[in-house]
Amino acid sequence: MMLDAATLDWQALNEAVRDGGREIEIIHCTGERFIGAGASDKKITIHGVPGNALGAYLDGGEIIARENVQDAVGDTMNDGRIVVHGSAGDALGYAMRGGRIFVRGDAGYRTGIHMKQYQEKRPVIVVGGRVGSFLGEYLAGGLIVVLGLGCTDVPAGNFIGTGMHGGEIWLRSLKPPQHLPPQVHLEEADEEMLAAIRPQLEEFSACFDLPMSQLTEGRFYRLTPNAQNPYKRLYVQN
Amino acid sequence: MSIDFQYPEFEVERSEDCVYCGRCVKECPNGVHILTEDKKLRTRPQGCVACHRCAAFCPTGAIQIVRSRHASRANANWSEQAVTEITKQAATGGVLLSSMGNPENYPVYFDRILINASQVTNPSIDPLREPMETRTFLGAKPDTIHRDANGNILPQLPPQLSLSTPILFSAMSYGSISYNAHASLARAAEALGIFYNTGEGGLHEHFYQYGPNTIVQVASGRFGVHKAYLNSGAAIEIKMGQGAKPGIGGHLPGAKIVGDVSRTRMVPEGTDAISPAPHHDIYSIEDLRQLVYSLKEATGYQKPVIVKVAAVHNITAIASGIARSGADIIAIDGFRGGTGAAPTRIRDHVGIPVELALASVDQRLRDEGIRDRVSLICSGSIRSSADVVKAIALGADAVYIGTAALIALGCHLCRSCQTGRCAWGIATQNPELTRRLDPDEGYQRLVNLVTAWTHEIKEMMGGMGINSIEALRGNRLMLRGVGLTQKELDILGIRHAGE
Repeated sequence: MMLDAATLDWQALNEAVRDGGREIEIIHCTGERFIGAGASDKKITIHGVPGNALGAYLDGGEIIARENVQDAVGDTMNDGRIVVHGSAGDALGYAMRGGRIFVRGDAGYRTGIHMKQYQEKRPVIVVGGRVGSFLGEYLAGGLIVVLGLGCTDVPAGNFIGTGMHGGEIWLRSLKPPQHLPPQVHLEEADEEMLAAIRPQLEEFSACFDLPMSQLTEGRFYRLTPNAQNPYKRLYVQN
Repeated sequence: MSIDFQYPEFEVERSEDCVYCGRCVKECPNGVHILTEDKKLRTRPQGCVACHRCAAFCPTGAIQIVRSRHASRANANWSEQAVTEITKQAATGGVLLSSMGNPENYPVYFDRILINASQVTNPSIDPLREPMETRTFLGAKPDTIHRDANGNILPQLPPQLSLSTPILFSAMSYGSISYNAHASLARAAEALGIFYNTGEGGLHEHFYQYGPNTIVQVASGRFGVHKAYLNSGAAIEIKMGQGAKPGIGGHLPGAKIVGDVSRTRMVPEGTDAISPAPHHDIYSIEDLRQLVYSLKEATGYQKPVIVKVAAVHNITAIASGIARSGADIIAIDGFRGGTGAAPTRIRDHVGIPVELALASVDQRLRDEGIRDRVSLICSGSIRSSADVVKAIALGADAVYIGTAALIALGCHLCRSCQTGRCAWGIATQNPELTRRLDPDEGYQRLVNLVTAWTHEIKEMMGGMGINSIEALRGNRLMLRGVGLTQKELDILGIRHAGE
């Protein structure tokens, strides 16, 4: 089913998506928000730039954005896959609990904040380029990989993993990230460790038709939390 | 540890009626009563929190909890509490952690407001004899009516919550309170035709059946939030703030993330569940609007969205923004609102009284012509049906009750929820303790409380010559202040008694 966003306002567009079939293609998208919010069994392909909160609460299926996307993509996403061929705005994958988000280009500030995992639910974000500051703040679970393709410096801004108490952040970077908060443990990954994220890199490689060798060359750093309960000794009973 | 010595706040007095049965030993979760090998009872009063569990279950009524007579030199400036708290912090370096609502001696405006009654003219109404309407609809009310070509009204009413009486149970998460406490609240809400609120702890799979009487909460941590959860409730509440701890987030320690709580929150056992202070995707009213509409889009515009905020200094501007964000209902939580755990300093010193916040928000929304776009829920220490009537006359559509509901379930306000050792089985996940609360009894007691309050509300309404709760809302002529300054009266929008 083909929908022309230029002929519909955002609410009508989203209603058409909700009522539409399983395969939907949207053309001329110019900032329409909430596309695919709460969808669970659709394949939505978007030409143009969708607005904020694309795929919020996504519970399955797939959203493919052929160009850039804006803020809050995959907010509180539970399952499914979002593939972005361009770059993403801020707060990508906020509080995501499941599913995968792959961004070919860059992502903005606050990527993967407060992602969490539970049992078989383990969210994954892979960003091909670089990300802004506050990457993975309050991270409670899941996997974030920033590949820094085309970057010569550390591919993330400041304050990586502040308040992190679960999950993993991987950076492909020639230099280790600086000024990490005390609750983050940094180590350089060897070949054996890298095998742990190989399936996600292979999926990324397939999404964007990039050779694995390009994604795996160079150094990888893995950030994990120092302790599960960073706030444990903060309080005294009164 | 002599430098940290603090004499216990409470002591246990055991009368000669004691039969040394040891029941008190079993009941006390704090190890205050100790049965010695030679069948004598010793007391370790350091652990006593005055929850009265032992006294309530002593078969001979032999136990009395008394305030310690241990004296400090009198000092009007350095209270014993101030000294004790400094000692604790000097020993540990920790932030003081408390629970339940602000216990400090700030003015309670509800207690300085009196309700009117009819005399001679506009006669009072006897609710036993005449119908008295307490049904309340919460949600945005349309300002225009649309008709089709034949003049028939096109029903475009935004989704509404229908309450038999203007009372809801406020957000208390599964985790902060027990399974049996949630079961009691859910069943009571269903029986009463009102609503309870999951808080930010997800919804236990057993309680999806109470969905039509459930408000599901979405807070900054988004624990347990997924599509089935959002669709299960009758309304969705975005928690921006809480009266007991405005401006800070929540933190359920890993020790409480066990079993079903872990499953329901979808957080691994033993891991801290941290709700950051702000929603990191909401920095403006526009961002709030985005969350409101993403929830509406995800649930097909079938459910009203509530935005809950703490009553703080600029609450009127905040409420005006929320009303314009697309929210259907605003919940304003005053600085006396309860909590399962909050830093003492925040609980006791941050926020403002809900009576003032409510009156000024209602007025501001009226002044701006947007009062009908939203309903207002008031919370933060509604202690009786009289508080309900006063809140509604000050401008609320309904009230949330939390602490009052817990008291109905057996809470004795010992303010020790944060320890996780609630002797009454409410604010604990310890299976030995949680089974002390029987949901059959708990649900019935909640039904009793709300039924009794509703009768009293009807009586007070009848006394004023009002037969519909609609006619009481924002009807400040029904209120008079006593002992209030002109400024306070102006903010409350009421006149002084005698005027």
